[in-house]
Amino acid sequence: MKNDVTRFVYVTFIRTTPDRLWSALTTPTFVKQFWFGMTIETEWKAGSPWKLLFPDGRVADAGEIAAFDPPTRFVIKWRNEWKPELKAEGFSHCTFELEPLDGVVKLTVTHEIELADSKLIQAVSGGWPQILSNLKSLLETGEAALKSSVGKH
Amino acid sequence: MQVFTCIFLQTQKVNMDEMDKVFKALADPSRRRLLDRLHVKNGQSLNELRDGLEMTRQAVTQHLALLEQANLVAVQRKGREKLHFLNPVPVYEIYARWIRKFEQQPLSALHDLKVNLERKSDEK
Repeated sequence: MKNDVTRFVYVTFIRTTPDRLWSALTTPTFVKQFWFGMTIETEWKAGSPWKLLFPDGRVADAGEIAAFDPPTRFVIKWRNEWKPELKAEGFSHCTFELEPLDGVVKLTVTHEIELADSKLIQAVSGGWPQILSNLKSLLETGEAALKSSVGKH
Repeated sequence: MQVFTCIFLQTQKVNMDEMDKVFKALADPSRRRLLDRLHVKNGQSLNELRDGLEMTRQAVTQHLALLEQANLVAVQRKGREKLHFLNPVPVYEIYARWIRKFEQQPLSALHDLKVNLERKSDEK
């Protein structure tokens, strides 16, 4: 990997179908349940603006949908909006990939930025495992494992 | 209702199997070392990971395969190169299931008491 890229990869296997998982990831009321009350605002098509809002309505992150290919892959061009030192890093890319395997769907989330030792990628790294673990639990058992985030971000 | 319970129990059983793989993968010091190396620098190739380790290429390959099966390592291909990334999701699940659940006030009070008493006896 190039040294001027910071990339983190998160993988979880969920017993569901690609269509159900795709719908879970792109339906705001559902997203709210596994993403600690955060709201996604977008029209879900390539080129449309994208925003992630805190429960109180402040903008946490913003950008646009860079690619949208249901039900296999979408990419969000993503910039932090509430911490000046993270916003200064500019845009990152967050890719969601869904791959059906034997009775499960492999979900891979790749969050990367063209920058060495990115603080943004570090800051979100505590959140992704919790969000994905919650999503898995919600789809498999109907209940989110955790209602509020543990730790920072 | 019965069907639902059955699906729920089945899901729990599969999740147990997944967690068994994670604990087994973590039980080996060489594999933990590889994870530590990925924690320091994510996205390394096999050769980078091997650098400075007294392990054969074959041993490292086998350990990485087990870590990948346990979903502790995710692999991405870039051209001819295979890059290895630390996947923290299963580690978080261990934390949620086996640590957070037991992290309660009385336990930390007991721990503080032990630390205090031991410090006092050291000072004597």
